Amino acid sequence: MKALVSRGSVDAVFQQMASHPQYLESFLRAQHYILHMDGPLPLPYRHYIAIMAAARHHCHYLVYLHSAHFLRVGGDPLWLQGLEAAPPRLRLLAHINKVLAHQPWLTACSHIQTLLKSGEQCWSLAELVQAVVILAHCHALCSFVYGCDADSDFVPRTKTPNGTPPTFCPFDAANGNTNVPQSLATPSEHKTRRRVTKPLNCIFFAITTHQSHVLTRPFLFLDMEEEEEIICFADPSGFITDPDFCYEEFARSEEDHFQVFRVQDYSWEDHGFSLVNRLYSDIGHLLDDRFRSVSTLPSLHSSDLKRAIWNYIHCVLGIRYDDYDYGEVNQLLERDLKLYIKAVACFPDATKTPVCPLSWALLKTSERIHVNLLIMEARLQAELLYALRAITQYMIA
Amino acid sequence: MEKMSRVTTALSSNAISGRTMFCHLDAPANAISVCRDATQVVVAGRNIFKIYALEEEQFVEKLNLRVGRKPSLNFSCADVMWHQMEENLLATAATNGAVVTWNLGKPSRNKQEQLFTEHKRTVNKVCFHPTEVYMLLSGSQDGFMKCFDLRKKESVSTFSVIQISRNTPLFSYIPDDLFHTLFLGQSESVRDVQFSMKDYFTFAASFENGNVQLWDIRRPDRYERMFTAHTGPVFCCDWHPDDRGWLATGGRDKMVKVWDMTTNRAKEIYCVQTIASVARVKWRPERKYHLATCSMMVDHNIYVWDIRRPFIPFATFEEHKDVTTGIVWRHQHDPHFLLSGSKDSTLYQHMFKDATRPVDKANPEGLCFGLFGDLAFAAKESLISSDISRKPYPGGDRRYPIFFFKKPDPTEQFAHVSSALSVFETDLDSNRMDWFVKTAQLYLLSGKPFAELCDHNAKVAKELKRPQVSTTWTMLRIMFSDPANLTAPGTNHNLSKLGTLPLMNSFNMKEMGTGMGTESRLERSKGESRQDNIHLEPGNLHISNNNEENEETEGSEGQAEYMFGDAELDDDDLYSMEHDNQTEEQEYTLPQEAFQLRHEIVDNPSAPEHLQQDKADSPHVSGNEAEVTCLTPIESFSLISISQPLFSPHLPASFFCPIVREMLSYYAEQGDVQMAISVLIVLGDRIRKEIDDLTQEHWYMSYIDLLQRFELWNVSNEVIKLSTCSAITCLNQTSTTLHINCSNCKRPMSNKGWICDRCHQCASVCAVCHHVVKGLFVWCQGCSHGGHLEHIMNWLKSSPHCPAGCGHLCEYT
Repeated sequence: MKALVSRGSVDAVFQQMASHPQYLESFLRAQHYILHMDGPLPLPYRHYIAIMAAARHHCHYLVYLHSAHFLRVGGDPLWLQGLEAAPPRLRLLAHINKVLAHQPWLTACSHIQTLLKSGEQCWSLAELVQAVVILAHCHALCSFVYGCDADSDFVPRTKTPNGTPPTFCPFDAANGNTNVPQSLATPSEHKTRRRVTKPLNCIFFAITTHQSHVLTRPFLFLDMEEEEEIICFADPSGFITDPDFCYEEFARSEEDHFQVFRVQDYSWEDHGFSLVNRLYSDIGHLLDDRFRSVSTLPSLHSSDLKRAIWNYIHCVLGIRYDDYDYGEVNQLLERDLKLYIKAVACFPDATKTPVCPLSWALLKTSERIHVNLLIMEARLQAELLYALRAITQYMIA
Repeated sequence: MEKMSRVTTALSSNAISGRTMFCHLDAPANAISVCRDATQVVVAGRNIFKIYALEEEQFVEKLNLRVGRKPSLNFSCADVMWHQMEENLLATAATNGAVVTWNLGKPSRNKQEQLFTEHKRTVNKVCFHPTEVYMLLSGSQDGFMKCFDLRKKESVSTFSVIQISRNTPLFSYIPDDLFHTLFLGQSESVRDVQFSMKDYFTFAASFENGNVQLWDIRRPDRYERMFTAHTGPVFCCDWHPDDRGWLATGGRDKMVKVWDMTTNRAKEIYCVQTIASVARVKWRPERKYHLATCSMMVDHNIYVWDIRRPFIPFATFEEHKDVTTGIVWRHQHDPHFLLSGSKDSTLYQHMFKDATRPVDKANPEGLCFGLFGDLAFAAKESLISSDISRKPYPGGDRRYPIFFFKKPDPTEQFAHVSSALSVFETDLDSNRMDWFVKTAQLYLLSGKPFAELCDHNAKVAKELKRPQVSTTWTMLRIMFSDPANLTAPGTNHNLSKLGTLPLMNSFNMKEMGTGMGTESRLERSKGESRQDNIHLEPGNLHISNNNEENEETEGSEGQAEYMFGDAELDDDDLYSMEHDNQTEEQEYTLPQEAFQLRHEIVDNPSAPEHLQQDKADSPHVSGNEAEVTCLTPIESFSLISISQPLFSPHLPASFFCPIVREMLSYYAEQGDVQMAISVLIVLGDRIRKEIDDLTQEHWYMSYIDLLQRFELWNVSNEVIKLSTCSAITCLNQTSTTLHINCSNCKRPMSNKGWICDRCHQCASVCAVCHHVVKGLFVWCQGCSHGGHLEHIMNWLKSSPHCPAGCGHLCEYT
């Protein structure tokens, strides 16, 4: 794995994560399972949901990535024109996508009820759980992508709208497929891009892959040969509803309306895990693995600091720990670091660049990435907790 | 009753009484605990901390310990325990990490006695020592267990999950703070701590990582023993009240395990698999093998298990509407009262006699098919009367196999059910699927005119002794054949064997021919037959044609006749009659009605004349009576001449569609999906639109699956090809890619074309014609030369040597 990373053959985002290889492994395993392995949702649906989630944060990179995957697994290119073209079942998800992405504390039992209400377009509980996991995963990944963007040594191609889409499955590498040629370091050499503008808010790229080297085939295009692959990349705004909906302070004055979420009453370890594992087998262990590995990463940050970051993110999302003194957050986190964390966790908008805290420059790259990973995982857990609590309430009601 | 309650209040331990009852709490409960004399129960939760008295008929709130206008988080309890020696003493574990003790004897409203804030994280569990008054143990999320002496302000000892000796030279220079940060920050949360009932110094602790540790209270530096009990967190553990070696643990992995701790290694002696993560486990007093569990998520019931019967709960309490968070047996020597608190804000007292016994509802009968169609059936012995005809199983007396025989244990309260197992061997012939295979192979589904297909298939079915199916085919042909086409050169085949369907016969007069085994019936009909003066030559094509002519003319004439006929009402009657018959035909019964019909028709004054005239006119009708079966036609003839006109002009093929649809569903339901699909294919567009696509697809899939199980690949492929469902037709296009290697250089042939990229040679050249073989390639296993199948065949007919000239003596078999 490391060898692959050093050769630059892995996608830039994963490169960043690879400074923490133990974490990368659990991350890739979970992501691969969610998107490609057994599950109630058909593959195109999964990628489409991922597109919807990424579009919420204007994360072009993830939208492109999943558009490509979506087409590769046989998705209907028409759907990529926007949400209106997608089946109504997926459109129903737009609301919970919106809420989870920006104000997860609004997630309510009634949302779940609407989705599960019997009818032509209804979701099954198992499908919904998988959809929610994909949504939360992608929202959190948007935060990470956004956080990484600030990095000076980050390759900017993930941001530019006509960047080269990553066209390989990173998990191949994780599977130990080491038969990768040096030439892959610059995959764009093998492609010429032609641009066709479509009247809809869609930009089509026709990517012609000239692959003279047989060896590249098993890695890049598993079964696509010298054919033109037309990949449709849509503008993210087509996949969302209510684009103005965004994060608001979880104000204390609102506590009357939205009860503070007490971890002691609904925690991942005790409740979330059991529920999610019951409805979508094995995912609990994979997510558990992620949460554990991110918290046990060897790092110079003290465990207090890590806990402060984690709890601070949960705090801005309305989750409180009885056994934590939030005064510690102010002691341990400088103001600009807090601002940064909040920006990355709550406003990961790829069209802007996060303001880096001053102390940032002093930190090693891997430490910075570590903070970003913490943000991602904390956010993932927060969204999952809210969604799963709503599902639990639905099941009891 | 009066006396009883007095006894209860007199704190006699053996005479508590009561009934199943509950009360509403103001808030969800997290834990409950009962005082030693079983008269009061304390309920603790995030927003509740109250003591209730257990009265005969109800719970009575005695005391609210949650005082103050804005109660601090110290009141938010994760756990509570009432001291079993000192009845005024309680301890709570607060979610903010505080451990609080309460003295009910205090005169002030606030009963709080001591507050220990040594834990950094939520305290999950507090536990008093069962015999030592001042000793309290706590286990927290921060990975520490602390032992408090209630006479002191601080903990007396701390037990840590992670065992790193500070005395190791490597660590000795690290300051305390950093040491804690480095090693203890990531320690595992303690989920439960329990003092052993019998060993004074021992306590058990369970952890989030699945481990259970045993500690000696005097040795805080390291644990006595550690083992991994579960995968994932161990939420709870409980020592057996009587047996000192037994520890029960429950975990997120949905298991309850009982460990024998007396041996060197903790040994798992019982394991109960529940349906949800186990939040609490409590041994039942006075019952050695019973324990109660409740779950943390999803499942709201409380189960009492007999650990020797791990598959079905001994008793279930189903009252709660949300997860049960606390269970406790009311008295430590009374097994009949169970108290429980729940997130649904209720507190229950369950009487054991009111519990649901799942075993009573369990189905004691079992049924299973063996690989070769044998059927095993187990049922209560009482149900199976002593059947003399049963023969002993070859493997000995199977009613009491040695390994099932179990000595009844008097302590076990499960009803003993002894079952008798019967094995029914299948009669090999009756269950053979030969008919299926043969039918699949012999049926024709396409490639011939419709009527012919039907006839062929009917014949096949008949030969396989499936008269009903055969009849169905014939009927289908009749229903859907264009009257003009009825004469399609009918293969001589005979329906009359199914003499139950005279109407059918009447339609198929041209087919009557070699009616085997029908004589007796014919004899009978002969007697009834009125027109016996005309005979047909069976199987004669001319006759068939002729009949067609007859029918056609009859069709028009007959109608005309009726139009002019004096009895229009009769006409109607006939119609309705025909209808009846039509439906009845579906059920394959009733000769009587049919005969009756005939009589009616015959009674119609115009018809016979007409018939006779017709027959007289037909030139090919011969008077030859040589054929044995010649009588059938007569009868049939008489019928057809009438009924045909009734049908064909008025009843288009679509008229039958609903009936046929029902019939197809009937066959499919009966398990004969073969028939359903064959008919569907043969009828094609005639019926397809009548049946919704999903059903069709379902049938196709079932049939194809069956065919493939019988390895009828060709038939299955034909069916796939003939199907019109897109989901089916694409089936035979899956995995049709064939990867080939160049025969020359052994490299994979990368792309289209037959020339290898690498060595620029043609791959797989025929040794005879030297062209590329693009289809079947046959090669000699001796010299590995080969080529087109035909070429090689021809070559080897004339020469024994290999065509490639290698000198090998190839053989073609």
